[in-house]
Amino acid sequence: MSERVSLLRAEEALLKPGVYFMQGNIAAAEAALVAGCRFFAGYPITPSNEIAEHMSRRLPQVGGYFIQFEDEIASVIAISGAAYAGVKSMTATSGPGFSLMQEGIGMAAMIEAPIVIINVQRGGPSTGLPTLVGQGDVMQAKWGSHGDYEIVAYLPSSVQEMFDLTIQAFNTAWTYRVPVIVLPDQRVGQMIEKLSVPDYNEIPIAGRIAPEEPPEEFLPFNSKYLVPPMAFAGEGYRFHVTSLTHDERGYPSTSHKISTQLVTRLIRKIRDNEKAIGRYESVLTDDANLVVVAYGITARSALKAVKEARKEGLKVGLFRPVTAWPFPYWGLKEAVDRGADIVVVEINMGQMVRVIREHFANIVNIHSMTWAPGDVPRPHDILVKIKEVYEG
Amino acid sequence: MSLRVPHSRTDPLKSLLRMERFPHIWCPGCGIGVVVKCFVEAALQSGIPVEKHVVVSGIGCTSRAPGYIKVDGFHVIHGRAIPFAIGLKTARPDLEVTVIAGDGDLLAIGGNHFLHATRRNDDINVILVNNFIYGMTGGQYGPTTLEGALTTTSPYGFVEGAFNVPYLASALGANFVARWTPLHTKELTNTMLEMFKVDGFAIIEVVSPCLIYGELNNMPPLDMMKWLKDNTIIDHNADLSKIDVNFKKPLVLGNFVRRYRPSHQTRLKELVKKVVGGG
Repeated sequence: MSERVSLLRAEEALLKPGVYFMQGNIAAAEAALVAGCRFFAGYPITPSNEIAEHMSRRLPQVGGYFIQFEDEIASVIAISGAAYAGVKSMTATSGPGFSLMQEGIGMAAMIEAPIVIINVQRGGPSTGLPTLVGQGDVMQAKWGSHGDYEIVAYLPSSVQEMFDLTIQAFNTAWTYRVPVIVLPDQRVGQMIEKLSVPDYNEIPIAGRIAPEEPPEEFLPFNSKYLVPPMAFAGEGYRFHVTSLTHDERGYPSTSHKISTQLVTRLIRKIRDNEKAIGRYESVLTDDANLVVVAYGITARSALKAVKEARKEGLKVGLFRPVTAWPFPYWGLKEAVDRGADIVVVEINMGQMVRVIREHFANIVNIHSMTWAPGDVPRPHDILVKIKEVYEG
Repeated sequence: MSLRVPHSRTDPLKSLLRMERFPHIWCPGCGIGVVVKCFVEAALQSGIPVEKHVVVSGIGCTSRAPGYIKVDGFHVIHGRAIPFAIGLKTARPDLEVTVIAGDGDLLAIGGNHFLHATRRNDDINVILVNNFIYGMTGGQYGPTTLEGALTTTSPYGFVEGAFNVPYLASALGANFVARWTPLHTKELTNTMLEMFKVDGFAIIEVVSPCLIYGELNNMPPLDMMKWLKDNTIIDHNADLSKIDVNFKKPLVLGNFVRRYRPSHQTRLKELVKKVVGGG
């Protein structure tokens, strides 16, 4: 069969625009196919298995390949290899597997391989609570691998966002040549609810920026760009890539000047674009004296609590970061300038609250509502905290 | 000392070497440079366009090889050359992907990937340079260190056993298994040419002298070269269970295994055809 025919078949095989009743993990898998993912590598782990299972069934239908590897380490490395061969690729996992992947994520950041990792968070630490909810990997997503680098992480809060943000994750990965993490919690990954799939011409799909220079002039890590154009293996550029600190030619270097140039660029390509990448949602914050910060499944509980509080006449709003990294701190600035109290609710022992303190400590009062993994705080639980702070 | 190489022989090889990166990092007497030369010769003779050759490695002395070879090359993290190579090959089957790495990288930290890539019959070539030791980190023992050997982490003698690489690879189902030394350049180059033709997992073990190992074990590279010259037997039909490396008996070399099991990538392509073809 010609490549052309198989591509046409692939388009036909994508999820049709329309309304579905679908599980979050499966919505993410379908979204990956829409984004152009044609290679999946993974290792079984609860509660992310539906993604791998669905990809194993669906990828061959669109002319793609699925490999269940011997572990998560091989999986995250293989998708970097496939990306450098020009194929959009991803993996999916949960806590313990995400820990195993960290060295590979650092490598992808260093060699600027565009990959997507879905980490459906379960309760930790260690083997923890395989089937139950947690939000304890927020800091790990950013700081999990050694050395200085930047990644992007999204925090879906619904099945719709599992779909939308997975496509966005691919676009961001390929636009910035960076590993991108989709970071749902177990509840968002495994809940089943409404999904609207728009017409595909309404969904922008990003690809690589291809080199313009002829191979003999091509520098794979040309520092005149924040994001260097990417050559694929087999195209005739005959380039070298190393996860050692490297110069613009991709050759190892121990020079401090080269190290400075490389690490600075890897960080700047995300930090300089934080407002283009970072996203958030604000609800009822315009006049709020108290803003609840919550994400993932917790944001849905918190929204209900905010509405209950409003019914009781309390001026309370919700700030929901949609990107964990870069953290959209600028979205909170107005509420902070008004002197609103901040209450951060998350299913961990206080992770995201540290970032908010980093930006706004000594300006407003920042309160942490911690919640051990295994269950979601109910709206009532959050309302009690809101009242305690509001009236305190 | 200056080395004179006839012009007609150097020029074609230089086209596949990153000459600007020389001198290389390897010690005098090391066999890895010979492996690079044989690979470059084989790649040029292979008839496969040079832009389709890709080399992948992990970490260690041998893993520096792709840095000197002017084809698309990936020098990735320790132990992970094989999964990276599988990603490349699966995504783009027209690439000829060769992993060049050492014993510690492939068989210790990367052992699990070696095991499963061989079982799956992933369509990659592996050149495993076995020098019995972790040379780059200063001489610690590894999975092919010989019993009793002195290393910086076995100062009283090594008390574990060593892998018999061809026996292991054959038992795991590899389509192609061979063993040579840097003294056998013609055989090694020809075997690489055979390896490129294999659809499936192909491995060549290159038993190599190492300055670090030699200094610790009273067998400097030149002595080992001499030992290899005088104590090797070529037996393509050898009983692999009996060909462990042991300096007390002759070293058996050869092209031991040639199987025709369809590769993982061929079967994945067939799977897609079946699924798409069936609507």
